Amino acid sequence: MKGALLFYRRMASPLHATRAGVGALWLAALSVAIILMYHPLVLLALLAAVLCAGAGAGVGRLLARSMRTGAIVWLPIVVVNVLVSRDGLTVFARLGDLGPFGQGNLTLEAVVFGAVIALKVMLLILITTLGSLAVDPDETLRILRRLSFRSALTASLATRMIPVLGADAQRLAEAQRTRPQGPPRGARGRVALLRAVIGGSLDRAMDVAATLEVRGFATARRAPRLARPWSRHDIAFLASAIAIVGLALVGRLAGAVRFDAYPEVHAPIGAGTIVLCVAFLAAVLLPFGDRRGIDG
Amino acid sequence: MTAPLLSFDRVTYRYPGVDAPALSEVTIEIQPGEFCLLAGLSGHGKSTLLRAACGLVPHFHGGRFAGRVTLAGLDTREYGPARLGAFVGVLFQDPETQLVMSTVRAELALALESRGHSAASVARGVEEVALALGIDSLLDRSTHDLSGGEKQRVALGAALAGRPALVLLDEPTSQLDPVAGDELIGLLRRLNQEWETTIVLAEHRLERCLAACDRVIALQGGRVRSDGDPQAFLQWAGRQAPALQTPAAKLISLAGLHPAPTGVRQARATLRANGLLPEVMPPNPVDRPEAKRHRAAKSTAAALEMNGVWHELRRGPAILRGVTLRLAPGESVALMGRNGAGKSTLLRHAAGLLEPTRGRVQRAGRVALLLQNPGDYFIHERVAEETSAEALAAVGLGEMAERNPRDLSGGERQRLALAIVAGAGERPAVLALDEPTRGMDRDAKAELARQLRRRADEGQAVIVATHDPEFAAACATRAVLLADGRVIADGTASELLAGGWYFATETARILGGAGGALLPEQGVELLRVRTALEVVA
Repeated sequence: MKGALLFYRRMASPLHATRAGVGALWLAALSVAIILMYHPLVLLALLAAVLCAGAGAGVGRLLARSMRTGAIVWLPIVVVNVLVSRDGLTVFARLGDLGPFGQGNLTLEAVVFGAVIALKVMLLILITTLGSLAVDPDETLRILRRLSFRSALTASLATRMIPVLGADAQRLAEAQRTRPQGPPRGARGRVALLRAVIGGSLDRAMDVAATLEVRGFATARRAPRLARPWSRHDIAFLASAIAIVGLALVGRLAGAVRFDAYPEVHAPIGAGTIVLCVAFLAAVLLPFGDRRGIDG
Repeated sequence: MTAPLLSFDRVTYRYPGVDAPALSEVTIEIQPGEFCLLAGLSGHGKSTLLRAACGLVPHFHGGRFAGRVTLAGLDTREYGPARLGAFVGVLFQDPETQLVMSTVRAELALALESRGHSAASVARGVEEVALALGIDSLLDRSTHDLSGGEKQRVALGAALAGRPALVLLDEPTSQLDPVAGDELIGLLRRLNQEWETTIVLAEHRLERCLAACDRVIALQGGRVRSDGDPQAFLQWAGRQAPALQTPAAKLISLAGLHPAPTGVRQARATLRANGLLPEVMPPNPVDRPEAKRHRAAKSTAAALEMNGVWHELRRGPAILRGVTLRLAPGESVALMGRNGAGKSTLLRHAAGLLEPTRGRVQRAGRVALLLQNPGDYFIHERVAEETSAEALAAVGLGEMAERNPRDLSGGERQRLALAIVAGAGERPAVLALDEPTRGMDRDAKAELARQLRRRADEGQAVIVATHDPEFAAACATRAVLLADGRVIADGTASELLAGGWYFATETARILGGAGGALLPEQGVELLRVRTALEVVA
């Protein structure tokens, strides 16, 4: 079960060694760049950067798996966009008159725009996955606990309980497999099984609630501010975050990443575009080059 | 006399919707620095007493509460568990439900942060408790990745982080192997002696902690029936509650000797004083070469045969490493070893829930596997719906057909789960049980051992993974010791469980493994034979 779920484990990587606040800021900067950019080449450069960053953080394999799973999101985006968009000029298939929906013309432009949006969504999924794998959730929630203790602790608890409840469900399923007649079949059997799973989860929730109660949850106060010296990795990732947002803004304002999907695809690749792609790769990956002072 | 840290004054408590009181007229006082052991069979009020001491009863559980509990001068009717938490740390049975954060450091810090400690105080508290419990190397580990013993230590660390004056523990060793269990009790003793932390510990395996504690409070039917030092408790148990007697006390009592010993050392001293044990113990029988490997008779067809079974994780270590094991029909085998040795994986392979990555498993028929948590088998509201009347009758639960499975006692739940997996009609060739005695009292264990012996007598092969040498000795004729996925010893129970410290019964440890005596009744027979021989000589 553990292998099927993505959760944080401390590893020896520059991103893991960075304070959670900076790590989250760095990922937020990448998200801003992804939201601002539409040029396919720049988005592909960002995809390469994120995948390499995942490898640098020691979670490349999990990130690649997340990308494969993400097909259930990006594929429908492309298909739906092709079916509903009426703005392109290059028709590659005609579905005829669709009544109130007009002419069912499928266009190349709709495919390209759908693919660009899907790529952006995919990138945001990868960023979220990278964050959940490499940024300490306890430290992040600790920051949030300064704002709202109970909400943050509830979120923390939910994060922790997902694998625990997953393991419970697996254990229960395994126990049912050992019955001489096998697991219960039919609607009635499945309902009984579901009731047992829910009952077990509620029992466990009661135990956790009792633990929290005796640890002072009811009278909890704001978490204290931690004074912690800035490490070289904190500084490097903060500088990287600033650079990523700066590059995205400059690229956008300077028009170096102009992209139009409709009425015809227009994505010029000039020197500015190439420079921006290289700059993004460098800004994202340079902090991973310094591995001094990292422990497991 | 100092003011008591914890006092119960005529406390009577009933859980919501239950008429019978869980606690009845309980009056006790616990002084600062005491190490108290709560003894009693399952369902006789130990856990309820602990929950009343920390305010969970009645604030969290509701119900009807009469009398008065005061902790550090605070009346628990007026102050809830959160407020009382400044004075008391609590460790429950299941470590999994007590870890709420993702890393060990955050887990230890949580209680301090929620009580408003400064950042420096939190950091210092975390470091100190980690050092005190020897978990400093785990601080940056993920709580998901810890072993059962490590989780229990971290949960204890979280309970101790605020340096509470009182620590309450509810069967903390029930899910630990003998080594981790002994380590935890040693740790509690050290906390008690070095920090003067008051400890109140509820435990079924009294022999594990009796020597460490100052006082034993025995509960029966929610009432305090005995309250005194360990020897006074053992004398009372010998007269009034034999199910609570430790094996050492039973051995000495059956031999007609006094005083009742609290551990191996006292028992040996008593036997030596009466000339029943040599001054220098002979070499440990585990060193005898014949104890290393058991050759199951090959004349009969095997009920289960595992040949060079490997279980290798796709991206991880090998859990089983070439295990070869043969069980004959009617043979009963105890499978022992530390947590993580591979016992549960081996049983899953035996039952066909897992496929070996290398090697072969052959079964003469169905293998019925009873997993660790009997509650996982119950999906209906009535016992009768879970399995056939015939199967229920076979485990002695025919009278309970209309009860809700979740209302049964620990021992009854285990028997019902056994009835479900064993089923009716076609008898399984092998019955495999994974740590069936977790949290069970001695009476329930004895009943289960009887059931297993009966099934073995009827020709079923029985294999039981257990951490409990006494239970292994009561139900098995052969013992297999696993370590790191390998069989490291395989012999008759009397050979294997008579040697060593951790995987040996208390009787065997007292007698130094002499004569392969494992249980008090066998031990006293051995002593009688010795005495008779000496008289003849």
